[in-house]
Amino acid sequence: MTAPADTPAALPWQRVFYWSVRRELWENRAVLLAPAAIAAIGFVGFLISAFGLPNALRAVEASGKRSALLLGPHSFVALAVLATGLLVGMFYAAGALQSERRDRSLLFWKSMPVSDRMTVLSKAAVPILVIPLATLAITIGTQALMLVWSTLAAAFNGISPLVVWRHVSLATMWVVLPYGLLVNVLWMAPVWSWLLLVSAWARRMPILWAVAPFAAPAIIEGIAFRTAHVAQFVGERVLGGYAMAFSVGGKAEEAIHSPSQLDPIHVLSEPGLWLGLAFAAAFLAAAIWLRRRREPS
Amino acid sequence: MACIQARGLRKAYKTTTALDGVDLTVEEGRIVGLIGPNGAGKSTALQAILGLTEYQGDLKVLGLDPWAARDELMREVSFIADVAVLPRWMRVWQAVDYVAGVHPRFDRAKAEGFLAKTSIQRTSRVRDLSKGMIVQLHLALVMAIDARLLVLDEPTLGLDLLYRKAFYDSLLNDYFDGSRTILITTHQVEEVQHILTDVVFLNRGRVVLDTSMEAFEERYLELMAAPEHLATARTFRPIHERQLFGRSLLIYDGADRDRLATMGEVRTPSLADIFVAVIGGVQ
Repeated sequence: MTAPADTPAALPWQRVFYWSVRRELWENRAVLLAPAAIAAIGFVGFLISAFGLPNALRAVEASGKRSALLLGPHSFVALAVLATGLLVGMFYAAGALQSERRDRSLLFWKSMPVSDRMTVLSKAAVPILVIPLATLAITIGTQALMLVWSTLAAAFNGISPLVVWRHVSLATMWVVLPYGLLVNVLWMAPVWSWLLLVSAWARRMPILWAVAPFAAPAIIEGIAFRTAHVAQFVGERVLGGYAMAFSVGGKAEEAIHSPSQLDPIHVLSEPGLWLGLAFAAAFLAAAIWLRRRREPS
Repeated sequence: MACIQARGLRKAYKTTTALDGVDLTVEEGRIVGLIGPNGAGKSTALQAILGLTEYQGDLKVLGLDPWAARDELMREVSFIADVAVLPRWMRVWQAVDYVAGVHPRFDRAKAEGFLAKTSIQRTSRVRDLSKGMIVQLHLALVMAIDARLLVLDEPTLGLDLLYRKAFYDSLLNDYFDGSRTILITTHQVEEVQHILTDVVFLNRGRVVLDTSMEAFEERYLELMAAPEHLATARTFRPIHERQLFGRSLLIYDGADRDRLATMGEVRTPSLADIFVAVIGGVQ
């Protein structure tokens, strides 16, 4: 056998990307399991609540008012699942490039024909693509099951399904939710990238190193000047994505009743969004640079 | 084209110089042992060859600059570091799936075949395997890759004798085909001596010996001198002398075998003997 003179062709990048993401999910099953578990717990709670549902429905019907009786639990499940996704995403991103150095598996990953850029971007894809899509699917799936269950519970008690459905405007939620997720992902991109960068740099306790540069000035500012600009800045960046997505006429307090209230032009004209994306790109580039040079710790 | 070509390879850390101008040429189809005491620069040399660390000087591996093109290089270079680098959370089937997913020259059937000869379960996690089994798994993955260069860094560290022997046996029987190149570093010099075609001694970041095994065997001789001839034997400029069971053992570089035979028993010294003679014991 004579060895070929030139190097063999690379596999398509989509395939390498797919397997790189897949391996992240093998290692960090919690990023999918935790939101699913929260959804399951929420669903169990809803199953129990359904015992009182028929009577509550009749009471609401009799009063003739709009009620959060049914929509409330659906929104609550969505909120719990999304928040869980956010939390596991943060722990994931902070450990993603640090744990491979700590357990020396870095040397195994680097023995594969996978570039540092591919590795870092596939890890970034977990909080930026995989978790939002997974939490969306889990939320919609759970809400659909809840709707089926309440419809059945009502039907067994002689209440028309139409009465149930009038109180649950899921169609609106299923349009609004993906939009909110998308805006939030773009808004939070620098947060994920910052966590990955710290993960590539810190020898231990990356979460602490990620938080410290903001916590320290926030504490000093709070005590010295009794203001909270730093804390506010961080809070807005971490939690402000949905508020921005769902603000109506510049105010976040309004509830969204129909997709026509969404204002993507307003979101896209927010300079903070674009500035954040620029920082995200810089952080990721720095993480790739570091990943190439770091040796097992 | 040489498989590995290094000219004036240097690497300095903050306080130490790991590589101090290494010149090295490894032709394709050789099995080269890179041997040296702790801190000689072996690992740094391997890291440079694998594109894991920056360096100064010229280095080409399979015609590529390893630092600039690590991922491209890894399509044709396989690498086993010591036993601890397989991710401990990974299951055996995941390891096979992953390598099959990202490596263009991986033959899954081959890997499955190697694994079938072991007692490793497909559903086991790496952390639940013994050290020996982890090395078997890693070797099964690597031998299923149609690579041109295989780099082994202390591959049998911490393994018992049976696993160590099995490791080198399968490497020679199931993998080496005369066209691939293998570069090994190890402290177990005796175990690799019979499989090497070439040997390179590294000491304090420099190459102190670089020879084929044929030339090695012609070049070095060990004389167990008869006591009455010891004084004469010493005049032939041995490079090393030691005592064993009250007899003097002298090692010569390029001496005349027939002449030495008149002064005692002559044999070919082991790599370990020459290692001690050239490097000079504990420094």
